[in-house]
Amino acid sequence: MTSIPAPAVARAGTAARTDGLPVWWTGLAAATAWLVLAGATASLPEEHDFPFTLPFAAGAAGAGVALVLAALLAGRPDRAAGLRRRGPWLAALGLGLLAWELVTAKLGLLPMPFFPPPQAILEVFVEDWPKLGGSIVASLLLLAGGYLAGAVVGFTLGVAVGWSRAVAYWVHPVLRFVGPLPATAWLPLAFFLFPSSSSASTFLVGLAAGFPVTVLTWSGVAGANRAYYDVARTLGASNRFLILKVAIPAALPHVFVGLFMGLGSAFAVLVVAEMLGVKAGLGWYLQWAQGWAAYANLYAALIVMALMCSGLITLLFRLRDRVLAWQKGLVQW
Amino acid sequence: MVAAPLLPAPAAGAGARLGVEDVSHAFAIRGAALPVLDRIGLDVAPGSFVALLGPSGCGKSTLLRLVAGLEPPERGRLVVDGVPVAGPDPSRLLVFQDPTLYPWRSVRRNVALGLEARGLARTSGHRVEEALRLVGLSDFADAYPHQLSGGMAQRTALARALVNEPSLLLLDEPLGKLDSLTRLAMQAELVRLWQESRFTALLVTHDVEEALVLAERVIVLSDRPARITAEIANPAPYPRHRDDPDLVRLRREVLGLLGVGAR
Repeated sequence: MTSIPAPAVARAGTAARTDGLPVWWTGLAAATAWLVLAGATASLPEEHDFPFTLPFAAGAAGAGVALVLAALLAGRPDRAAGLRRRGPWLAALGLGLLAWELVTAKLGLLPMPFFPPPQAILEVFVEDWPKLGGSIVASLLLLAGGYLAGAVVGFTLGVAVGWSRAVAYWVHPVLRFVGPLPATAWLPLAFFLFPSSSSASTFLVGLAAGFPVTVLTWSGVAGANRAYYDVARTLGASNRFLILKVAIPAALPHVFVGLFMGLGSAFAVLVVAEMLGVKAGLGWYLQWAQGWAAYANLYAALIVMALMCSGLITLLFRLRDRVLAWQKGLVQW
Repeated sequence: MVAAPLLPAPAAGAGARLGVEDVSHAFAIRGAALPVLDRIGLDVAPGSFVALLGPSGCGKSTLLRLVAGLEPPERGRLVVDGVPVAGPDPSRLLVFQDPTLYPWRSVRRNVALGLEARGLARTSGHRVEEALRLVGLSDFADAYPHQLSGGMAQRTALARALVNEPSLLLLDEPLGKLDSLTRLAMQAELVRLWQESRFTALLVTHDVEEALVLAERVIVLSDRPARITAEIANPAPYPRHRDDPDLVRLRREVLGLLGVGAR
């Protein structure tokens, strides 16, 4: 009835043997996937000539060997917990790359210029990194300038609108009329109104980030518990204290929602602005790669862009976790 | 012997005298005036503990907000130590039914709020530790409000008021949301704090027993608009117990006044 050997089931999950040397079996499976990837890449014949086939195979082999070592050294379940947790993903990644390699370079099931194999993308990273790196820097500079300006202006405006009836009277209708307009709609106008394409793009990115930050900051200030103000007023707080020490801290959770939304809009506007006007940045690189039918470069730029956006969002989450440490039940990114 | 006389043993006459002079008040709800207070007149002696007892929603909390200076009364006036109330002042502090702690501040920084607001945090920081000790929360000084139990949160709110050495403490059903055991403990705590600090205490409650255990005078209010219907002197010595014969007798009397069958 209840004599099912549950511990054995549990042990199969962690794959630790009690007798002899403990082995991390998931790690070994992942290592196998990467080694098969290396072998297949190096030995199977290819439809085209890819200069980076062997370096890619060597890299995969290196990853496989490293995983074998990890599987043997981190055999005990209490070691390298972070690596162990990622084990299934590492195996899936190896298998995914193997499938990709097979359907593109080896079997030619997907048409070549549009679907380059992994080694072609590795080639882009190795050969074209000055242009790609320069594009990342250009994008980051434009994004940082526009986003920070938009966030600061949006936050200040949001606090002012939430706090002062007079400001709300004048700003609210403008915000309602102009705010929902996508920032990209301003693009043609911005490019001839501003002296340079980079200042125009900075303005557009700032506009895209500023609107959600303004609205969310405003709602945070307006929605703060009235009793917080009563408490502070009876304790002898000045208006300055009420704004800086009550309204703003109470609004911060909302402000961060606005900052996240603003960052998303800023990414979108950044790419469009770079594609249409600015002669630098990842958006421009994408456009350029498409123009030359350099699809490997396109994929490489997309990967870099994903890493950049994800990294910036992570950074914002870190900042939020630090600033809002007092909140419970925060979403973990 | 105490070098810096904080909360215990303050200067003589620390409690304020409160005069409520013919005060009426109404709320405007969708254009219609809803009267909540009807010609309330009351004189609260310095250092005394007075309870305002009335049915829920009768307007007693409104009276406390007027005394705190958060709103001006529609008619009549409020006088503290001979001076008309014109606005909020740290010498008249309100403790709400909800602790209304700032969730982004630790217990210590919540208690320090009043000193910080008046620019006294640097010079009078020791008073924060003293107030925390007084309510027994020294070990939780660095906790955040969401980590506190209801009783601890309300004690923090008390410390936040007491650290400012108020001469008039306005208690708006401060124990209303606590469980019954915590409530009993906190009643004893309130009496102890009041006896040590000698502020004037004005308590609003709808709990007859609580009013009788805590207050020297119980003012009974009618349903809205609140009018004073009776006043009961309660000279029993502290600490009091709920089953003291005198209190049981008074309780029966008060329940009768409130129209809840004398049992």
